[in-house]
Amino acid sequence: MIEAATVLPASATHLLANFAQFVFLLALAPLAEGILTKLEERIQGKQGPSIFQIYRDIRKLLHKEERVSRRSTWLFRFAPVIGFAMPLFVVLLVPALTTFPLTFAFMGDMVAAGFFLALAGFFGALAAMDTGNPYGPIGASRSRMVGFMVEPVFMMVFFSVSYAANSTIPYIVNQQWVAHGWASFLDPSHVLVMVAFVLIILADEARIPVDSPSGHVEIAMISHSKGLEYSGRGAALMKWGSAMKLMLLTMIFVNVLVAPYGLADHVSVSALAVAALWVFLKVLAFLVVLAGIEMSLAKLRLFRISEFVGAAFVICLLAMTLRLVTV
Amino acid sequence: MSAALSAIDALFAVLVGLAALGLVISRQMAALLRLFVWQSILLAASATTLAVGLPSGHLYFFAAVTVASKVIAIPLVLRSTLSREIYARREIDQVVSIPMSLLAAAALAIVGWAMVRPLVVALGGSLLVLHVSLGVVVLLLGAFTIVVRREAVAQLLGLLVMENGAFLAGVALVPDMTSIVEVAIAIDVPIVALVIGLLIRTIHNEVGTTSVGGLSELKDG
Repeated sequence: MIEAATVLPASATHLLANFAQFVFLLALAPLAEGILTKLEERIQGKQGPSIFQIYRDIRKLLHKEERVSRRSTWLFRFAPVIGFAMPLFVVLLVPALTTFPLTFAFMGDMVAAGFFLALAGFFGALAAMDTGNPYGPIGASRSRMVGFMVEPVFMMVFFSVSYAANSTIPYIVNQQWVAHGWASFLDPSHVLVMVAFVLIILADEARIPVDSPSGHVEIAMISHSKGLEYSGRGAALMKWGSAMKLMLLTMIFVNVLVAPYGLADHVSVSALAVAALWVFLKVLAFLVVLAGIEMSLAKLRLFRISEFVGAAFVICLLAMTLRLVTV
Repeated sequence: MSAALSAIDALFAVLVGLAALGLVISRQMAALLRLFVWQSILLAASATTLAVGLPSGHLYFFAAVTVASKVIAIPLVLRSTLSREIYARREIDQVVSIPMSLLAAAALAIVGWAMVRPLVVALGGSLLVLHVSLGVVVLLLGAFTIVVRREAVAQLLGLLVMENGAFLAGVALVPDMTSIVEVAIAIDVPIVALVIGLLIRTIHNEVGTTSVGGLSELKDG
């Protein structure tokens, strides 16, 4: 195997690595979500759909005709595209497969990553209100309610992590944890931030204590009712985008916060393949934990969600204060 | 003390703090008791880690006493003196709502920080600072629980959590506490729990409830 680095200049190999990140996220995100669904169904004692079901859904939807309400505006068509594109943007900014920043990583730090993901949520909410479906606006306003409680906590998580590493660039944060070894993994503020981030993933990805991903009752839905009006290609993009967002947040969690190991330290086909394998294994390990958490909790009432997210906020604040006194 | 042991100890100390936060936000009585038991186990684990690292024989003794009194004796006492109905209850009567208590907990975390900040230089080691600041926060959260809950059992647990907070700071500050103090505490705490438990039972028998929020006014005739 010829190593790419020997043939191409550095910027071109970095572009190739960026491309590998795209492919990794696009190809494996539906599998990750499929495995999570299967795990949860098995824990509940059910058979569950195949782990490849989401690929089949996407393929089927891409072949179907798309119907769009005559009353809807460009927003309705635009939202699935941006929901699909934003995770792909963010994967360029965070350590997905490599320990060092690639071509586009200069464009933004963790705050920018948060902004891109929030942007997708914003357009998703607008599009849900665009059609005449009564459940769309309900779901959109509910998911905004969760969103504006979750985003400050995201910021707090990012800031407390950045404060520890003196940088908001996730690559540098990542290298800091590696440099300090496993003792820094058990660092009090780090442990608290990890706990808060798990709570936030549950809330932001509409997992069980906040919202039920497998629920089919429209009136009880929070973020899933936003996709009710979509068909054909739009629905496929929505499905793929949400799978990618789950995978992306999981990757940020495992690569930046929990286990910054197993990433490629140079660009070559073999190094990237090994890194992809490791990252996917780490993601799977986290999905097992996630399934365990979800299956041991009951769904919260709508107005209890603020308590759930508020707890994450206080945990972050405690992490910050501990960081301030102990360093 | 080796870096590995102090990292593990810091982890246990932080989890003790998290359990205190759980006490503020949880609504179910059974969950409160379980959180307290877990907190005591974690406190004992932290003390054991310190005992191995320092090394200090007294801390082993302290850990054993904590497990015996708070993990075994107190839950037994509370479960036997109080009726099952209390633990089956899901909603706890509280002066302020849970989101408000969360804001208060956030404020208390900052107060704890502000209290410990002038002591950082005097305390020296960062592990000591961690124990003292978390201890203060746990103490404040326990006190807050006593203030806001209108339920006698929850108030008792708040008192016990305050004590856990004091010990969280204590084990790091004074690792060589004399055994007589530990024995005194080991006997004292279950007795306090027993007395309050019996008091709660009496209240329960007299007025049919343990929510003491309604006891603030005297009844005429």
